[in-house]
Amino acid sequence: MAGKNELALDLRKITKEFPGVLANDSVDFQLKKGEIHALLGENGAGKTTLMKCLYGLYQPDAGEIYINGEKVDVTSPNIAIEHGIGMVHQHFMLVPPFTVAENIVLGSEPRRRGMLDEKRAIEDVERLSERYGLNVDPRARVQDISVGMQQRVEILKALYRGADILILDEPTAVLTPQEVEELIEIMKSLTEEGKSIIFITHKLKEVKAISDRVTVIRRGRVIDTVSTDSATTSDLARMMVGREVVLRVEKGPAHPGEVILEVENLKAKNDRGLLALNGTTFSVRRGEILGIAGVDGNGQSELTEVLTGLRELEEGRILFKGKDITNFSTRDIIETGVSYIPEDRQHRGLVLDFTLYENLIMGNHYQPPYARGIKMNYNKIRKEVRRLIKEFDIRTPNEDVLAKSLSGGNQQKVILAREFDRDPDLLIAAQPTRGVDVGAIEFIHKRIIEQRDAGKAVLLISLELDEILSLSDRIAVIYEGEIVDILDRKEATEEKLGLLMAGAGTRRAMGGGA
Amino acid sequence: MDRDKTIAEERKGQQSFLNYISVLLMPVIAVIFGLLIGAIFMKLIGKNPLQAYQVLWNSSFGSLRGFYETLVNTTPLIFTGLAVAFAFRCGLFNIGGDGQFLIAYTATAWVGYVISLPWFIHIPLALLAGIILGGVWGGFAGYLKATLGVHEVITTIMMNYISLYFTGYLIGGPLMKPGALPATPKILESARLWRVPHSRLNLGFMIALIAAALIYYLLWKTTIGYEVRAVGLNPDGAEYGGISVARNMVLAMFISGALAGLAGSVQVMGLEYRAYQPFGFIGYGFTGIAVALLGKNHPGGVVLSALLFGILSRGAMQMQSLAGVPKEVIEIIQAIIIFFVAAEYMFTLIARKIKRRRGGISLVNQ
Ligand SMILES: Nc1ncnc2c1ncn2[C@@H]1O[C@H](COP(=O)(O)OP(=O)(O)OP(=O)(O)O)[C@@H](O)[C@H]1O
Ligand SMILES: [Mg+2]
Repeated sequence: MAGKNELALDLRKITKEFPGVLANDSVDFQLKKGEIHALLGENGAGKTTLMKCLYGLYQPDAGEIYINGEKVDVTSPNIAIEHGIGMVHQHFMLVPPFTVAENIVLGSEPRRRGMLDEKRAIEDVERLSERYGLNVDPRARVQDISVGMQQRVEILKALYRGADILILDEPTAVLTPQEVEELIEIMKSLTEEGKSIIFITHKLKEVKAISDRVTVIRRGRVIDTVSTDSATTSDLARMMVGREVVLRVEKGPAHPGEVILEVENLKAKNDRGLLALNGTTFSVRRGEILGIAGVDGNGQSELTEVLTGLRELEEGRILFKGKDITNFSTRDIIETGVSYIPEDRQHRGLVLDFTLYENLIMGNHYQPPYARGIKMNYNKIRKEVRRLIKEFDIRTPNEDVLAKSLSGGNQQKVILAREFDRDPDLLIAAQPTRGVDVGAIEFIHKRIIEQRDAGKAVLLISLELDEILSLSDRIAVIYEGEIVDILDRKEATEEKLGLLMAGAGTRRAMGGGA
Repeated sequence: MDRDKTIAEERKGQQSFLNYISVLLMPVIAVIFGLLIGAIFMKLIGKNPLQAYQVLWNSSFGSLRGFYETLVNTTPLIFTGLAVAFAFRCGLFNIGGDGQFLIAYTATAWVGYVISLPWFIHIPLALLAGIILGGVWGGFAGYLKATLGVHEVITTIMMNYISLYFTGYLIGGPLMKPGALPATPKILESARLWRVPHSRLNLGFMIALIAAALIYYLLWKTTIGYEVRAVGLNPDGAEYGGISVARNMVLAMFISGALAGLAGSVQVMGLEYRAYQPFGFIGYGFTGIAVALLGKNHPGGVVLSALLFGILSRGAMQMQSLAGVPKEVIEIIQAIIIFFVAAEYMFTLIARKIKRRRGGISLVNQ
């Protein structure tokens, strides 16, 4: 129906200020019908804020919004939805105990005699899901389905309400590589059906793979809008950060020393009471990075929780610097010299309603210089915290803001700052660069390698094969709670790892093959 | 660059001032609404609200004696309000204030009459008896929550009844002074709190203010408060930071119970000088919930809102006798205040709508 050059959206001079931050500074942004338009920018650049203005969650201080050529005063999400805008948030907003269908129809339920018409809801969802190849089970409970599925539920929810313009805020940050591929297919089929998509991501590869045009924002201002074909990934990175970014990790050879962490035959159950770790054995030495590769849900989360005292061990032994620390409390483990970057920053890593300075001392809050006895020394705390904010380039007006008001990537930097500053002997990093921008990834990778070169042991758990391959000195592949093989970085290839991750290295598979 | 910074800093100052105002604003609006609707009620039953409110005002501020009496009413509410507020900061709902009050009340009376000691030992000891008994009574509910996951609302209610009948038995039996009155013997002079001459106002009020200051210090200046608040806001995050969720729940409920217990101790040592057999709950623990709610779970707010409830409860009696207004009207006013504070969320929404219409800048960014 619409020509490719008609505008679905036209944002003019949008300005939004928070106390101490100009999050959007007269931003112009245009979305053509049927296009996938990537929005690129550093952590805290103002991408989410711009989208929330468009979706009616924030009121811009100035500026105009035109939807399909009509000027609209988007004062609430309902108005945005009426005009065919749908948003999938960076942090999902589903009701976990409800079923998929219930979540999707929530807010615009089909009714029969005043009651929810469950049957119709399920049919509607099935039909939609089929049409766009989303493949979700409307009867499953949201709490039981994977993150990737939850995201599809969010997308379906927007489509169910008749969205023609979809905003996807960092949809790939929480997905496995496989799920990313699938999402890209879904996005393509959506545009073929005439939908337009705003796609926020930090991964330049994804931008190149799928978008038609890119708009780059830096510190609240639009730097440029270009067609994707005309820019290389390093062009984009430079536009984002304002300087050259090293996209490749540079690291020298490792000089491994004595064994720091040794785990033997670990067995632990997951939350559903099933055995998630089934005899995990490996060791990490000083001065090396051991990467744990694997498909999501093969025991990675349980492994980090067991190592940090957050989950009980059924069987097995954990030795740290030769000392048995099996079933130590979390505090004791921290004190013996372990730092931990958790995969779930909002749930585990931060107390969102605490201020930045309170979050930055968590775990060391009872020790000098932060506290003496039970008395906390807030002057010292603030001084130290300001240093950390500067050193780790956390974008915030000051240290008094609540952690929840920081942008996603800056929340991650808060955790990193705290954990690196502890100067641990062992660093456990689970998805350390999830949701952070290319500049920050470069920074984080550099810091991790610095740790290694300073003679620390690093255990890296990542779902991103790229990250594993570029950082690790040795790579352990986890499958169904077991380490099926440990490869030297030099012998590891993407193909080999892929096979192992799919279970090709297990005893069962080998026995079956013979 | 420098100029930017000063602007930002200035904004920050303004912002925190505005925050301050907006925090105070809602409770004040709630009180005004309560009084307005109370006035409408009085009109409906044919009474003169202006006269009634004058009586209400005069009952607390018309004479020094009246003011002292108001502070006497305020004292237990500061303690129980602090008790609820402290537990709440750890994410727990202590509605066992009445049980903790009674058990401490009884223990303090016993310590007060059973041994003779110099006052500087006897007074701290009698207070300590209340702190420990009240603390154990609350802490036990915390322990059950931490180890077995039993909800503290259920256990504290059950503990209320255990306390009611157990103290009733003690005071009517083993601890009763032989005679007609079901009460303990009077406590010795050495265990009584100093009183302002010719009034019932006693050192208990000072102790309550000190407790509020201590709780403020504990919550925001010590590691204990840091951990308690972290557990209250995000137990999983706290756990990851090496903070024991279970230990802090027990501790918070102990401190909460001890505060409610102090209300009982001070009641004996400053006012009644003996423990009377309870007929039912006096309701200080329950009112403490309202006090904490109106005071935003902040020790300073708790002191102010306890004072308000003290004024209202003293005014209720006087309005009944001097203006012929049934004291239930005051209860209606209290209920409306609580209702409005609880419905603050609704107000925030309406306020936001209005602001949007006018297109102004938003005060509170969420
Ligand atoms: N509710 C809020 N209150 C105060 N400041 C806020 C609020 N929301 C965002 N900010 C600030 O506005 C700026 C832009 O944040 P925004 O979330 O839009 O960034 P982003 O580009 O989405 O970053 P990321 O890639 O890390 O998600 C940040 O400095 C952030 O701290
Ligand atoms: Mg964002």
